[in-house]
Amino acid sequence: MPSPRRLLAGLALATTLISPPLLAESRPLAVVAPWEITGSDPATSGYIFGRMGIAETLVEVDAEGRLTPGLASDWVVDGAGLSWRFELRDGVVFHDGTPLTAEAAADSLRHAWAKPGMLDSAPITAIEVDGDAVVISLEAPFAPLPALLTHSTTQILAPAAYADGGRVEAMIATGPYRLTELAPPQRLSAERFADYWDAAPAIEAVSYLAVGRGETRALMAESGDADIVFTLDPASRGRLARDEGLALHAEPLPRTIVLKVNAGHPFLAEEAARRALSQAIDRRGIAAGLLRDPEAAAPELFPASLGPWHLGLDGEAGGDPTSARASLEALGWQANDRGVLERDGTPFRLTLTTFADRPELPLVATALQDQWRELGIDLEVAVSNASAIPSGHRDGSLELGLAARNYGLVPDPLGTVLEDFGGDPAQPGGDWGAMHWSDAEVSAWLDTLRQDADPELGEELAGRVAARLNRAMPVIPVAWYQQTAAVNAELEGFSIDPLERSYRLEALTWTQ
Amino acid sequence: MDAINARRFGSRRFPALGAGLGRVLLPRLLQAGLVAWLVGTLTFVLTRTLPGDMAYRIAAGRYGHDMVDGAAAEAVRTELALDQPALLAYLSWLGDLLRLDLGRSLVSGAPVIEELGHLLGHSLGLAAVALLLSLLLGPPLGLAAGLRPGGALDRVSEAVASLLRALPPFALGLLLILLFSVSLGWLPAAGHGRSAHFVLPALTLALALAAVSSRVARHAMVEVSGSAYYAFSRTKGLGERLSFLRHGLRNVALPIVAYLGVQFVTLIEGVVVVETLFAWPGIGHALVHAIVARDLPMIQGTALLMGLLFVALNTGVDLFCHGLDPRRRQP
Repeated sequence: MPSPRRLLAGLALATTLISPPLLAESRPLAVVAPWEITGSDPATSGYIFGRMGIAETLVEVDAEGRLTPGLASDWVVDGAGLSWRFELRDGVVFHDGTPLTAEAAADSLRHAWAKPGMLDSAPITAIEVDGDAVVISLEAPFAPLPALLTHSTTQILAPAAYADGGRVEAMIATGPYRLTELAPPQRLSAERFADYWDAAPAIEAVSYLAVGRGETRALMAESGDADIVFTLDPASRGRLARDEGLALHAEPLPRTIVLKVNAGHPFLAEEAARRALSQAIDRRGIAAGLLRDPEAAAPELFPASLGPWHLGLDGEAGGDPTSARASLEALGWQANDRGVLERDGTPFRLTLTTFADRPELPLVATALQDQWRELGIDLEVAVSNASAIPSGHRDGSLELGLAARNYGLVPDPLGTVLEDFGGDPAQPGGDWGAMHWSDAEVSAWLDTLRQDADPELGEELAGRVAARLNRAMPVIPVAWYQQTAAVNAELEGFSIDPLERSYRLEALTWTQ
Repeated sequence: MDAINARRFGSRRFPALGAGLGRVLLPRLLQAGLVAWLVGTLTFVLTRTLPGDMAYRIAAGRYGHDMVDGAAAEAVRTELALDQPALLAYLSWLGDLLRLDLGRSLVSGAPVIEELGHLLGHSLGLAAVALLLSLLLGPPLGLAAGLRPGGALDRVSEAVASLLRALPPFALGLLLILLFSVSLGWLPAAGHGRSAHFVLPALTLALALAAVSSRVARHAMVEVSGSAYYAFSRTKGLGERLSFLRHGLRNVALPIVAYLGVQFVTLIEGVVVVETLFAWPGIGHALVHAIVARDLPMIQGTALLMGLLFVALNTGVDLFCHGLDPRRRQP
């Protein structure tokens, strides 16, 4: 009877003899992330196909967040700003071998336009074909249109991908990787596409697995089952950092935890009151203690990845209940014998509505409750459903709402900012943005931004809007989300895209 | 079979295997119909009474949380006619069920029956491997322990069984991943597609099942070996092995098989947790996601399938016991 150790050694030897040595290039790459695959439709799972390099859009984004040509080689807008012409790139073929034509591109966009998605926010009247170009006609000028066409819901698919009624039957696109297997809700595999129009990626085969549990994802990184693991739970991060076979990466995302404020509420109508509330929040404490990352503290709405919208404020600021209390006292609030602020006999009592779909939100809400208690504010936290905030916005019953808002759905946050802070002057604000708050200048600046495509003016106005929002606080920023990843140390060229459009797989190589 | 039975158990003929089968199957058939209606109605009522606006939930399930706003929710509400009266929605669902039409998933848009077929394959595969593994581990160990009650094996296996039963499947699964994937690197931690992926989730389920079945087998063995007929078989000169095969095995098997019925609850329950932990695309996993997304047809379909599966498995157990135990076939 051979000893267990010898048996094992024999087994190990046998497996090395049986399996052929893997060349660096043909070594497959396994990506693990929490997001499940709903199906082939870009409207629901396009972001996964985009990130994995399977599907592409007319317009792409470079590492600095600037728009670059994608499947469209060039685009122009007419003088009135009402007609955009996107010239298609030559020599692009779909994964089924058919060529990319203007008809196919226009068809894909029309399907995307018919479903809820990014194109909703633009005043589009028609999507037509003119020669080798797609022409998008608008009702009113809309400068951020090219930015919308970077969104995964506007991916360009082959005509054969669609069934009757615009249902997507198969994911047939143009990316550097071609889908070889799709097993919703969890797995897909893809291989290098030989006829790709641009430089071929170095790694031949890639796979994606959706794993819902953070603990499992971390263990998969440790055991080597996964080469890239996204979204690490705070508890596992320390352990993974000590693993020499892994490299840890983190990058702030343009998704911000915000406090939506009902500026029509008598306690919250004054700008100074909203600023005092913001001043009393210890963002560092929340970021370090609850989100386990001090860099997550958000002194302003837009993180650095949003370029001109980012003001560069100091994350250390805030957490100053003394000056906050002084500002409130100046507004007529006095502490009563129980330490609660009162004005004209009414106590400073508010309800903060939040929801548990993002598990950190109720935690942050209770931290705010505690921090404001020191200020003398009696805050009640109502953990409800995500729909409670929009419905409270509509019927006017919402006082404060804590939610996460993604300003980086496309590289230009203007669409989201318009939705949240612009819109109809009679009913300004949006479901996840301002409530009963309007500012004539902000509206005018946003209007100019919407109509004028001049980049220099755009950058200046973006900065002005951000500064005004930061002063008037129609929503109060609390923290930014961080994307984290654990990556096999034998992989080279890894970086996180803060806009989460791409996993940048084409830049990766195996060092051994 | 009857001839064999007659030879082995003496001269008296046993009732035919088919005798009394109707008494087993008919109530089960009725039960299946009742379960289908009850499960469907309950899930319908419960989903409707869950707090929050369904349209927002479904929109979030379809397009992601970042894309949800009033407009997306309204689009979903109109498309799915969510504002029609509850009674009308219920009656139309009942009508569809009678035509065996489970509808389409509100999130993916695919027919529920297709999705379930795909998911059920994964779940049943996992459950079958787990059950097989548990039967290979549990009962033989229990029988061995039961032959020497109070012996070393009996005491050790009791301690291990108590420990395994006390550990929630989630913790047990994590421990197994830590041991076999992270430390030893023998098996993949999670995922599916290769046969090696079966081992850890199946073992997690099997250990919990075997913990109980080994104890049931042990007690059954103790009882049988202490019985008068077993003692008689030894007195009449049969060896230990022959006594066990002729008089022990069938009697011991009855409680083990009957207890399987109860174990299926553990199995179906465990599948939900284990599938999530090991990223296994099965029916338990789908149920959790469908509830989060308020995907009513999918919830109803999944719950219905689980209910019917339970009835079917128990019918299987009944039939097996019917075959094992001739007393049940007496007119």
